[in-house]
Amino acid sequence: MDKLKALIARRKLFDRIFSVIGLLALTIGLLTLMALILDLATDGLPRLSWDFFTSFPSRFASKAGILSAWVGTTLVMLVTAMTAVPLGIAAGLYLEEYAPKNWMTALIEINIANLAAVPSIVYGLMAIGLFVYTFHLGQSILTAGLTLALLILPMVIIATREAVRAIPSNIREAAYALGATRWQTVRDHVLPYSTGGILTGVIIALSRAIGESAPLIAIGALSFIAFLPTPPISAEPPFLSFQWLMDQFTVMPIQMFNWVSRPQEEFHHNAAAAGLVLLGMTLVMNGIAIWIRYRFRKRIKW
Amino acid sequence: MTPEMKTAPRAAGKVHLSNVPAASSAPPVKALVRDLNFYYSTVHALKNINLEIAEKRVTALIGPSGCGKTTYLRCFNRMHDLYPGNRYEGEIVLHPDNMNIIGPKIDPIEVRMRISMVFQKPNPFPKTIYENVAYGLRVRGVRRKGVIDEKVEQALQGAALWEEVKDRLHQQAYNLSGGQQQRLCIARALATEPEIVLFDEPTSALDPIATARIEELMHELKERVTIIIVTHNMQQAARVSDYTAFMYLGEVVEFSNTNQLFTNPTKKQTEDYITGRYG
Repeated sequence: MDKLKALIARRKLFDRIFSVIGLLALTIGLLTLMALILDLATDGLPRLSWDFFTSFPSRFASKAGILSAWVGTTLVMLVTAMTAVPLGIAAGLYLEEYAPKNWMTALIEINIANLAAVPSIVYGLMAIGLFVYTFHLGQSILTAGLTLALLILPMVIIATREAVRAIPSNIREAAYALGATRWQTVRDHVLPYSTGGILTGVIIALSRAIGESAPLIAIGALSFIAFLPTPPISAEPPFLSFQWLMDQFTVMPIQMFNWVSRPQEEFHHNAAAAGLVLLGMTLVMNGIAIWIRYRFRKRIKW
Repeated sequence: MTPEMKTAPRAAGKVHLSNVPAASSAPPVKALVRDLNFYYSTVHALKNINLEIAEKRVTALIGPSGCGKTTYLRCFNRMHDLYPGNRYEGEIVLHPDNMNIIGPKIDPIEVRMRISMVFQKPNPFPKTIYENVAYGLRVRGVRRKGVIDEKVEQALQGAALWEEVKDRLHQQAYNLSGGQQQRLCIARALATEPEIVLFDEPTSALDPIATARIEELMHELKERVTIIIVTHNMQQAARVSDYTAFMYLGEVVEFSNTNQLFTNPTKKQTEDYITGRYG
């Protein structure tokens, strides 16, 4: 009896040791993050004002703003999301629901996993060769958006496949048994039931893309830019314009990098303020995705 | 011919419903299974099956686990086509138009539109009750709301579920109890007015009361539709079916009307199984 008690006591000790280690690990992570945000906030918060959002960069730190940067980031992310999300979901669905399971698809699978691990600067180099010099898309918002889309495409594909794989096969069989075609099964069941999981992957992927600067510097994003892209809507016909896709741009991380590399202290404060705005933009973007996910999940109950 | 088949001449030869002593006169044949063989890539799962399925009757498939009864059932709506490497031989001729269900030129979707299925575990879609029943109609391109409303009500009444759910058609199907979910799946299978309904151990996940309700339901359904049911439960086969096939190791050992099979089996293997000596 005593032996048994001693054994249990020893096991319970391990239990407690692990819970302490786990808590410690969590605290270290959280504290670091809080310290980072606090540091950004103390440096940057005083600089945040309406003017900061509506001014172009300037030689004078106090007059400089992030207008071109946040507009650029928004537009580039728009292109990225519009390209990577449909392509990634389609590719993931094809691989899971349509493609035959053989050595070819296994090879593709391994390669997609590897692609997700390729350093972003390599995508930048590829983009110069492909989009800038071969397709002559220029150092434009379109090029930047497509480059980031390629960067996050593997992540979206992997997330889609995981989400689709989580749907029980008896649901698919139920649809097929009613005479549904593969497309009807995918459109009416597989896709709606996996939207939540897919969007979680999309959130992570887009959060990565919004902070990227290296591949965009590689394709030649400007770091000092005092004009905005062509507005997409105009007063005279044809009202809608896609000229902005071909315009030059800068993005938030590049603007921040540019300010941090200046010697003057004031510019560093600008960089901190821009960092806070970038965090905010990421939160808004994720918020939208979470809201969509919530809307989808509300209609489905397992 | 393999030696095993010689011991089972009824399975190897053609089985006529008219040869089987039935309670009443022999009903017309709905489907005729001839020399059916089925392979999971290299595994020979069904061996030379010959059987006649009587129209508007319940045919039960019984046998120990792994004997191939579910495999056999899933041939009738070509479920095996969903997975690679599966192969059919022989034919299942569907009357009255003599379509060979497992013919390579026949589209499995066409087969599934005529023959529907209820699965072992209730598997409603995570949608509303209404949408679950309506899905078969939507797949067939029915758009008119009036038509769908009417068919949904008919199907739910057919599955003895209407009274319980008529006030909450637009609630989620997963809020229903297990037995109700299974009846919902039956309604879903009935809504498209199939010629045959396949039941794959429909009550194995349900409690005795829910089971009794579904067995009652089957009695009512056979007025309108041909039923094939796979069951582990011999009492259930005896209660619900008109004809019973006993399967063992991928072969039909004995097929006859249910009464005779359970009271006076002609094969030793059948007798051993129904008296509980193995299985």
